[in-house]
Amino acid sequence: MLLNGTRRFGALAVAAALVVTACSSGASPSPTTLPPTSTPAAGTPSVVTSASATASAAPSVTCVTGSITAVGSTALQPLIQDAATAYQGHCSGATITVSGGGSGTGLSQVAQGSVQIGASDVLAASKLPSANASKLVDHVVARQGWIVVTNKGVTGVTNLTTAQNVAIWTGKTTNWKDVGGPDLPIVLIFRPQSSGTRATFKALVLGGATEATGGQTLTEDSNGAVTTAVTKTNGSVSVIGFSYYNDPNNKPLLNGLQLDGVDATIANVGGGTYKLAADGNLYTNGEATGLTKAFLDFMKGPEVQGTIIPKDSYGPIAQ
Amino acid sequence: MAQLTSAQRITGLRATPSLLERIDLPRRVVFVAAASMVAIVALLLAFIAWQGIQLFVKDGVSVGTIFSATWNPLADGGPQFGILPFIAGTIAVTAGALVISTPLSVGLALFLSEVAPSWAKAIVQPALEIFVGIPSVVWGWLGITVLVPFLADTFGGSIVISLPIVGRVFSMPGFLTGFSWLAGSLVLSIMVLPTITSVSYDAFRAVPQELRTGSLALGTTRWQTIRHILIPAALTGVLTAVVLGMTRAAGEALAVQMVIGNSPTLPASITQPVTTLTSQITLDMGNTVFGEPWQDALWTMSLVLLLISVTSVVLVRMINKRRMGS
Repeated sequence: MLLNGTRRFGALAVAAALVVTACSSGASPSPTTLPPTSTPAAGTPSVVTSASATASAAPSVTCVTGSITAVGSTALQPLIQDAATAYQGHCSGATITVSGGGSGTGLSQVAQGSVQIGASDVLAASKLPSANASKLVDHVVARQGWIVVTNKGVTGVTNLTTAQNVAIWTGKTTNWKDVGGPDLPIVLIFRPQSSGTRATFKALVLGGATEATGGQTLTEDSNGAVTTAVTKTNGSVSVIGFSYYNDPNNKPLLNGLQLDGVDATIANVGGGTYKLAADGNLYTNGEATGLTKAFLDFMKGPEVQGTIIPKDSYGPIAQ
Repeated sequence: MAQLTSAQRITGLRATPSLLERIDLPRRVVFVAAASMVAIVALLLAFIAWQGIQLFVKDGVSVGTIFSATWNPLADGGPQFGILPFIAGTIAVTAGALVISTPLSVGLALFLSEVAPSWAKAIVQPALEIFVGIPSVVWGWLGITVLVPFLADTFGGSIVISLPIVGRVFSMPGFLTGFSWLAGSLVLSIMVLPTITSVSYDAFRAVPQELRTGSLALGTTRWQTIRHILIPAALTGVLTAVVLGMTRAAGEALAVQMVIGNSPTLPASITQPVTTLTSQITLDMGNTVFGEPWQDALWTMSLVLLLISVTSVVLVRMINKRRMGS
């Protein structure tokens, strides 16, 4: 929770900075009319430069006024939030509200028409009745990756193969010494069965195998709760999103593992060699229109794909 | 003249009430408040009951199968909604909390009511009030930060109690992780302590002073008076306190979820992770969609929680009826 707080403060700082540039770009015509001899104008040329830099960086933004809401996947939430902040910085008449709630919430809210955008880690057809799923239009805006992490006490394990992961997560391997680590029982920390992260891991790494249950397993609610539990629990292993692992507050507390000898990096997600990755889906009810369409285009555009996505540890979509 | 009018109004002597009096606004306002409260409760009961039976009506799950121990909504052969682990976990964690909390709370209530000098009361009562005001997330946060690592570090190995000559009398596996039934019960016991204490305190204060003085006049000690006069006289009140504490414990979600590990299996040992109805509902509700069988199963679990709470209200009323009758 502390970590989320830090993230939010970061987003606020970005928002504040963008508001400042937006104001100064709006005021930019007047400094040019000022005589260069006047003293107060000494500071203004730098403002004009920064404003023109902003303008040249965002030629592709279509501004539409109005307000929309995006809810759903907490794994995608940091990206949507930062993109919304950037878009509102460019277009002062637009309000984009972003909140979490989980992939299921995103899908059901957008299907009911309560919100304009529903974010989900998994495809709508796997959650919703087909009549509702067929109304929704999928907009893939990013690739997202997940990483297997262990408690710091699990030394000597830097890589797990798919076969080793299957053995560990189905409860056949129960001690780290069997995979090159210390003599320490393995504690599995799951997300709930309904979570998109768990469904993706089960499909892509475990090949659909049934996970272990019982005394050596814990279940935690969110990426943040999982991170806390892994740092507090000896011998624990779990799976979290790249954006949470690469948070400078979390990274020193965790061991991130390779999968089949492939580093968990954004480059490897984009190149397709790292297999624990999936599309981040934003759903609209019918074709997107107005501000929703403008915002989705902005998310697929160069600023989000080139700057915000790498900063937040997601992978860009193929252009 | 004005004073006379108001006096007449109070005693109802005036023959023709004014228009304002005939409308009687205050009475209508309180009536509407009471009626809307009843209506909200009735609507809530109806809504949860309706949603709770959808699993059986719409999704065709038979009532018997939910009392199995297998919870696996993604099972290969079709979803299995056995909610027994959650019911058992709720009962286990709640019972553990009451076992820890009841003696402490009743002792504290007796201390405040019978023993404490006024300066001690002046310290303990505000302290209890602060306890009530601490949000559950703070207890959970403390639990996960302090209690869980403490349990794992201190009782990590096997827990063995041995006596000289007799040898080992008790042994059980220790904590693999601190996330456990015991951690949940400990956190809950602190949370229900103020409830049980304040209701039992009122029960002890309600015992007529004559019983105390009469008993002491017969030459009993203070302890004998407490044991043979006060506790029997206040027993129904103390039972009410425990039932109210139980309701509070069974309904708590956040703090418990943070420390029990949420493993959907039947409770096996106080050192092992368990799960509860509330905790599973909060884990799954955001990730399931309205109308799918999985979420209908969560509504059924809400209905079970509601039944637990209705049962305890009935229990409290029965206890109080007995007290009135005797």
